[in-house]
Amino acid sequence: MPRPLPRFPEPDTEKFWEATKRHELTYPTCDSCSAIIFYPRQHCPQCGSDKQTWHTSRGEGTVYSYSVIRQNRNPSFKDLGAYALAWIDLDEGFRMMSNVTGVGDPTKDIKVGMRVKVQWEDQPDSELSLPLFVPA
Amino acid sequence: MASQTREAAIVGLYEYPLRKVEPGTTALRIKTDSAAKALADAGLSWKDVDGLYDAGDGGGYAGLELASYFGFKPNVIDTSATGGSSYEVQAAHAMRDIAAGKCKVALLTYGSTAHSQARAIGTGGGTGAGAPNWIGNMEDSWGQTLIANYALVAHRHMHQYGTTPEQLAEISVATRAHAVRNPEAVKAMEDLGFVGTGEVSIQDVVESRMIADPLTLLQCCMVSDGGGALVIAARDVARGCKKPPVWLLGGGEATAYPENNRDITISAAAQSAPAAFGEAGVTADELDIAMIYDSFTITVLTILEDLGFCKKGEGGAFVSGGRLRWDTPGVALNTDGGGLSSNHPGMRGLFLLLEAGRQLRGESTSQKQGAKLAVAHGNGGMLGTRHVAGTVILAAD
Ligand SMILES: [Zn+2]
Repeated sequence: MPRPLPRFPEPDTEKFWEATKRHELTYPTCDSCSAIIFYPRQHCPQCGSDKQTWHTSRGEGTVYSYSVIRQNRNPSFKDLGAYALAWIDLDEGFRMMSNVTGVGDPTKDIKVGMRVKVQWEDQPDSELSLPLFVPA
Repeated sequence: MASQTREAAIVGLYEYPLRKVEPGTTALRIKTDSAAKALADAGLSWKDVDGLYDAGDGGGYAGLELASYFGFKPNVIDTSATGGSSYEVQAAHAMRDIAAGKCKVALLTYGSTAHSQARAIGTGGGTGAGAPNWIGNMEDSWGQTLIANYALVAHRHMHQYGTTPEQLAEISVATRAHAVRNPEAVKAMEDLGFVGTGEVSIQDVVESRMIADPLTLLQCCMVSDGGGALVIAARDVARGCKKPPVWLLGGGEATAYPENNRDITISAAAQSAPAAFGEAGVTADELDIAMIYDSFTITVLTILEDLGFCKKGEGGAFVSGGRLRWDTPGVALNTDGGGLSSNHPGMRGLFLLLEAGRQLRGESTSQKQGAKLAVAHGNGGMLGTRHVAGTVILAAD
């Protein structure tokens, strides 16, 4: 069973996910105070402004923390084997949740603070692509 | 020592004894049964209640259907529903509402059949169901489970401060030692099919099955049925009740959520605790009892620091050497056995207040001799992403 994918209409995150079709990892900043607005939403949580500009990330960052999941009863994940959930701090200054993959043994080869870069996982039944992270 | 005026007190309490309910039992029945028994414990009657506090766990809109079912016409209807911390938030509000003269007898109830419904609370994870929303769209694709969410905090804590799995395990060891002294907790572990229901060692905890690194099975709370009720009354009512009053001295509430650059080893307790301790006029080192929401070991470790029992990052050293046990000097943790080993029907906050009340009455199965001051700290939501904290400081008469 494929992973749950974002669903629409959902006005706050639609732009972020549209860009994944082009393999672009994007984030908005506030036109008024320059704060990064992430997760994306209508207003800037620092100052309340509704004027923002979107940018494309280089897709490189650091593992802020992670956990290797050994048991998930959700049918989309229960047969995946051990897999790593993580908070990734992108170099531009925003933090997102994702998976760290592309390692030999996720229970041993992932560390807090390790450098990672985005790797797109295209989906069988959707134009959307998921930004996963692999060692940089 | 506390200098505040004592306006409101816990006067009645009841913990529903079954963790695996009879078929046909509903959350609403558990709430109702518990309400009657807590009022009887206080020596008050059904008609004395004029403040209703409800998280909506009985079904329908919070506050709406419960008043109708009970047959109450309350003057205060508080529907704070912040998950596991709902009851600390409600108790703090009841204290405030009573002090303001809005009501005199507040009733808090909880009922859940989480176990019987076989809810996969810890290992269910985001399903991508329900209406599309801004959080689900950013988090549901990664296979996050509730346990892994807390594990994110644990790994970061270990990385930042050198906290060890053995230190985290101390929390499971202490709460299990308390559980084996509590017949209802022992029965719970038997009824829910625990492999062992005796005391556990640090090694047992560390070597139990890994669920989501670094959290092992014995560091995760159980999923049980259960519930209970709490009656909080104004000073003049409290003086006429059957049992000695347990005074509410201070309350605080706060929230924390994902932010770029946020330090996830600091929970919302760091904001709710100063408010509660400030109102109470006491500090953490004066406390005898710490009832802290033990969804997982890391929850307790983080919150002990945030409550001010030790500095941030020193929780591992603080809990070492069996320090949290009821029979060692200093503060005792979760003397009923906690969510790890007594009960966890989904929103454990009420049980924190119930056991704090029993300790300050001298009725606990792991009674701390001469216990005078306690904290009940609930954490609702998820420690690694977004949660609401509720802190309540309590004192013996
Ligand atoms: Zn701004």
